[in-house]
Amino acid sequence: MTQLALVIDLNVCVGCHACVTSCKEWNTSGTAGYMSDMNPFSKDPTGTFFNRVQTFEVGQFPNTETVHFPKSCLHCEDPPCVPVCPTGASYKRESDGIVLVDSEKCIGCNYCSWACPYGARELDAEQKIMKKCTLCVDRIYDESLPEKERKPACVLACPTSARLFGDVNDPESEVSHAIRDSGGYQLMPEWGTRPANHYLPRRKMSITIHEDELVRADNPLKKERKLPMPDADDPTLDETTSW
Amino acid sequence: MHPAFSVIFLTTLIGAGQGLFLALYTGQLYSVFKLLPEQDSVHFYALGSFIALLLLMAGLVSSFFHLGRPERAWRSAARWRTSWLSREVIALPAFMGAVAIWGLIHYLGWNPVLVTLGRGTQIDLSLLVGGVTTLLCFTLFLFTGMIYACIKMLQEWATPLTTINYTLLGGASGFILATAFAAIHGAGMVNFFAGWSIILTLLAFATRSASLLRNARLRHKSTLETAIGIRHAKIEQKAQGAMAGSFNTREYFHGASKRKYKSIKWLFLVLVFPLPLLILSLGLGTQSAALFVLAFLVQYVSLLLERWFFFAQANHPQNLYYQTV
Repeated sequence: MTQLALVIDLNVCVGCHACVTSCKEWNTSGTAGYMSDMNPFSKDPTGTFFNRVQTFEVGQFPNTETVHFPKSCLHCEDPPCVPVCPTGASYKRESDGIVLVDSEKCIGCNYCSWACPYGARELDAEQKIMKKCTLCVDRIYDESLPEKERKPACVLACPTSARLFGDVNDPESEVSHAIRDSGGYQLMPEWGTRPANHYLPRRKMSITIHEDELVRADNPLKKERKLPMPDADDPTLDETTSW
Repeated sequence: MHPAFSVIFLTTLIGAGQGLFLALYTGQLYSVFKLLPEQDSVHFYALGSFIALLLLMAGLVSSFFHLGRPERAWRSAARWRTSWLSREVIALPAFMGAVAIWGLIHYLGWNPVLVTLGRGTQIDLSLLVGGVTTLLCFTLFLFTGMIYACIKMLQEWATPLTTINYTLLGGASGFILATAFAAIHGAGMVNFFAGWSIILTLLAFATRSASLLRNARLRHKSTLETAIGIRHAKIEQKAQGAMAGSFNTREYFHGASKRKYKSIKWLFLVLVFPLPLLILSLGLGTQSAALFVLAFLVQYVSLLLERWFFFAQANHPQNLYYQTV
């Protein structure tokens, strides 16, 4: 069964918020209605977003590491927000595993947002219905778009390609490879929600090289009876050495 | 969680209404078996069930204020197979309907005797309807409690004590109201209701304290480490993704100062349990209806504090993503 999802590489994310703004730009004219903003140009601006980037500092100064952490609906394979919905407005699509809210059925009771441990759902302050990431369902199947643009807006906007999109249940997909190769993990596994979105961890960028690895100890040209490597402090002369 | 006043009023009002019905029906059962004096159908049972209905109706109206789109509320009965909220949406009007029928039977006197047992004990229609209504009443208590108890992520709520507390607190509040009502309209029922009010209040005190003790030593399953998946003892949040807050910073935090939060806990512990008990015993001494009414009002208002604290105490795991609220 197909399960579309995002894989977000925390090693690559630079925290530029391009995914946030492109998400809002695309989805504010989506089928579920606009994403309202309160006081956008005055004090205390606030509004509805499907995707937010948070920043954490890990470690003790000066040995700290900044981690930018994009957070949106994880499209859980066992979504706790779906069974609690009293109207059936909150549902998970059989065909591709996307969790959606039917904007015509939602009564704005907030109950699904209580059941989601990730806080991935937001009640729109003006329309009074629950809003959440749709994985750009109105774009990824749009055949009027060129095929390479049939991806969520956040994925297309990411300047560092920190966001991958695909079917996590297909073992040969790009996202499955990324999860396997880079140790992809899920958020809050303790609740058994089986989030479809995965995160790739920060990776060490330094390697240890010992001195004897810098210079070759043996002479690979011995069999050709060429001259061995001179000492490192000897003058280097072309023709007289094989190196 | 942010305590929503609509839900605070809903749960306390229907709790009192359900308790009042249970008290009236228990009274009727006792008088059928000649353990209590018989009451007037119209002035006691019909009027009493009318008051219970008013409380339930007020609770229902209050619940609509919780909805963003109240005009679509009818849709919420659809998912009773999976959602406790949907089940409550069905159980509340069903219970209200049953109370209305029970009251109407008493009011119109359309109360044929169905079975006559030995020693002249007559089982009439109102007793049968009342039995069904009692079942619906406990079902409603169960459903109301399970709305909160079924969310395993809210660990403060995910315990059978949640349902037990809703039942006992509603029962206590309703029985005190029945005591006040009986002091005005009944004959010889006051001591019976007051006795049960005291028992229920003491039981509720025990179970509510048990849930407070449980929650005080609760270990939350989620930590900032599991929330963002980075194993490190020291992680500090630098940005929350929004300048001036969002739904996430409003819906899941109670927003009260630590002092206010703590004082509300002690306030409700005193005002919901010992104070009404004191007023009840004074009322029993003097047989004064005014004191019983006072006991009900004091406990009802304090139950609003208790319910506020119930919501405020629940710590949602998503709050881990908002460290500096």
